Amino acid sequence: MYNYNEFDHSFVRARVEEFRDQVERRLSGALTEEEFKPLRLKNGLYLQLHAYMLRVAIPYGTLNCKQMRQLAIIAEKWDKGYGHFTTRQNIQFNWPKLKDVPDILDALADVSMHAIQTSGNCIRNVTADHFAGAARDEIEDARMTAELLRQWSTDHPEFQYLPRKFKIAVTGSPNDRAVTRAHDIGLRTIRDAEGRKGYEVLIGGGLGRTPMIGKVVREFLPKEDLLPYVEAILRVYNLSGRRDNKYKARIKILVHETGIEELKAQIEKEFVSRKSEFPGVNPDLLQTIERDFSPPEYDRLSVDDYVSRIAHDPEFREWVKNNVARHKVPEYGIVTVSLKPVGGTPGDATAYQMRVMANLGEKYAHDELRVSHEQNIVLPHVPKAHIPQIYDELTKAGLATPNLGLLSDIIACPGMDYCALATARSIPIAQDIAKRFDHLQLEQEIGPLKIKISGCINACGHHHVGHIGILGLDKAGVENYQITLGGNATEDAHIGTRVGPGFSSEELIPALERLLKSYLKLRKSPNETFYNCYNRLGMDPFKEALYPHLKTKHKERTGH
Amino acid sequence: MSKIVRDHGFDQDNLKEEDFITLETLRKGVENPVRLDLNNDENPDELQPFFCWVELIRISFPDFNDGRGFSMAKRLRQLGYQGVLRGQGYLIADQYRMARLSGFDEIEIDDLLAARQPEWLWQNQALKKKLSYQDRLLKTG
Ligand code: HEM
Ligand code: SF4
Repeated sequence: MYNYNEFDHSFVRARVEEFRDQVERRLSGALTEEEFKPLRLKNGLYLQLHAYMLRVAIPYGTLNCKQMRQLAIIAEKWDKGYGHFTTRQNIQFNWPKLKDVPDILDALADVSMHAIQTSGNCIRNVTADHFAGAARDEIEDARMTAELLRQWSTDHPEFQYLPRKFKIAVTGSPNDRAVTRAHDIGLRTIRDAEGRKGYEVLIGGGLGRTPMIGKVVREFLPKEDLLPYVEAILRVYNLSGRRDNKYKARIKILVHETGIEELKAQIEKEFVSRKSEFPGVNPDLLQTIERDFSPPEYDRLSVDDYVSRIAHDPEFREWVKNNVARHKVPEYGIVTVSLKPVGGTPGDATAYQMRVMANLGEKYAHDELRVSHEQNIVLPHVPKAHIPQIYDELTKAGLATPNLGLLSDIIACPGMDYCALATARSIPIAQDIAKRFDHLQLEQEIGPLKIKISGCINACGHHHVGHIGILGLDKAGVENYQITLGGNATEDAHIGTRVGPGFSSEELIPALERLLKSYLKLRKSPNETFYNCYNRLGMDPFKEALYPHLKTKHKERTGH
Repeated sequence: MSKIVRDHGFDQDNLKEEDFITLETLRKGVENPVRLDLNNDENPDELQPFFCWVELIRISFPDFNDGRGFSMAKRLRQLGYQGVLRGQGYLIADQYRMARLSGFDEIEIDDLLAARQPEWLWQNQALKKKLSYQDRLLKTG
């Protein structure tokens, strides 16, 4: 894992002092509220519905156990005893007081953490595959690229006042677990014909009110060209991105309005000019990064106990099937701790649970934890020999829900419960769905399914790329939920299609029940997932399930 | 009246508005070294053939949230411009360091802003120039 050097430490401390000073100047009036706003946003401080919200960076979702414990302390001391892990691999505290924020930032700095650039119109915390360094399918640990980009983008003088926020994601595997195609820049590690490593570069992806899938702007970028190329993209965007309308200011709109070919030409021109004077990255620094991300020393312990527990304990077996992924070392597994208990708030963890996870990581899993964009916590390197103990301890802490990748592993934005922009609730909807299908005992039978819920068109809950997407709107003062089907967040990213008119909150759950029960009837075999079944059959049968009155009409017409 | 912010602090501005010409005038050709006003929606690339005629370029910042000027300065430096680069308008002290690191030499602010954001604030920012990730990243020598 990356270790802060002296520079990182002094930089982060200086930022805390600077922010302390900015808060004081705001209070004294030397800074206007308008001037203060981008400064506080660049330090992760949002104004929400009921209070301030502090978004703490967890670069590329990686943290050690001491850091997780510090988050637990912060949650207890300055918040209401819990934190919320987000879809961009960060953690949010929902109830800090403005006057406490500099002290919280200091406490973060004590463990090499900060809230820098987690908000505002700048380059945001770079995200990466949460299985990086452990996944069997990987070409390279994506976090090395992400760390280089973190250093480069932190406090970049040219790009602190961009037209709009700017998000970068990196994957080192062909199987994209980082949603690179829904980011302003997506980087996919690939090899060229000679076997050299480089990147496929995508730009202009994004969700929000105008969802777009990123387009390839460079088929193969040699690794050493990364910084000058990314700088060229950012410069073209900073100079030409729209500033007249907040909702048209993301780079996706520039791509859409200028055309990818023309924009690509502008970027290449800027790149050639930038590259000619670019001295290259300091090789010592690259070496340090490489060393910091070298794999842990694996213990090749016997897997016998693990295998026999799987054979004898059906509950354990089910949890392993869903929550343990293949590791590149056969004696290891990747364990995902679900933060989606039935009836809970997706992504929330209490201080106690944070400590449980920290202890497990320290005791059994090489002192490393990850936050996934699906709002769960990952123990990336676990000897299979220890998995039974881990399971038992997670069970005691209410953290062993065996639902990873299943119906109740829902992404939901904060919605009406916390967010000033919300037009509907989303957390309670997620809870109702999980409870209903738990009651029906259908979750395991339905199998892999991604449900994603947003409380307004800003799409923080990624509903566009859910197999089932749910968007909460306001229709004349009444909550109304629109359903989209067929979205996909992986390397085959796809924006879902809206099925028809929305449902009231009471109608929604029965509608989903009809939808999924008809899937169970329609599928060719239990191996055909909802998503594949939908792609095979198209919208019609699912639409009929959602709107039974249409079905009657359809029957009348066709005589079936 | 305006103040010129430099690393050591505030200076009085000795230049008058008539000392500046526009890009349009420059395009018609000039005979002596000139000082140029550049709006932040004009293309800096166009200036390259005229670099030897320009001793000062003043880039406008109509709003502190509009960061185009930073990229314009960077691009002008990258194209080889070596004269004075001045930012003018609404920039706050917290942005002085960014401006310097992007290639500006000085910032022109009006007296009202100078009163609200006094000299020492800008001087503090000037001192922080060295704490930069971007410099550390690059190969040196
Ligand atoms: C509660 C306060 C929040 C507010 C006011 C808020 C506001 C917004 C707004 C206005 C956008 C649209 C930006 C645009 O048009 O480009 C947006 C997008 C987004 N937000 Fe939030 N958000 C909040 C919380 C969250 C949380 C908790 C998460 C993560 C769980 C999140 C993740 C995202 C993501 C992933 C996007 C999509 C960005 C894209 O288009 O690529 N937000 N948010
Ligand atoms: S999608 Fe809308 S309601 Fe949900 S967090 Fe984002 S802005 Fe708020």
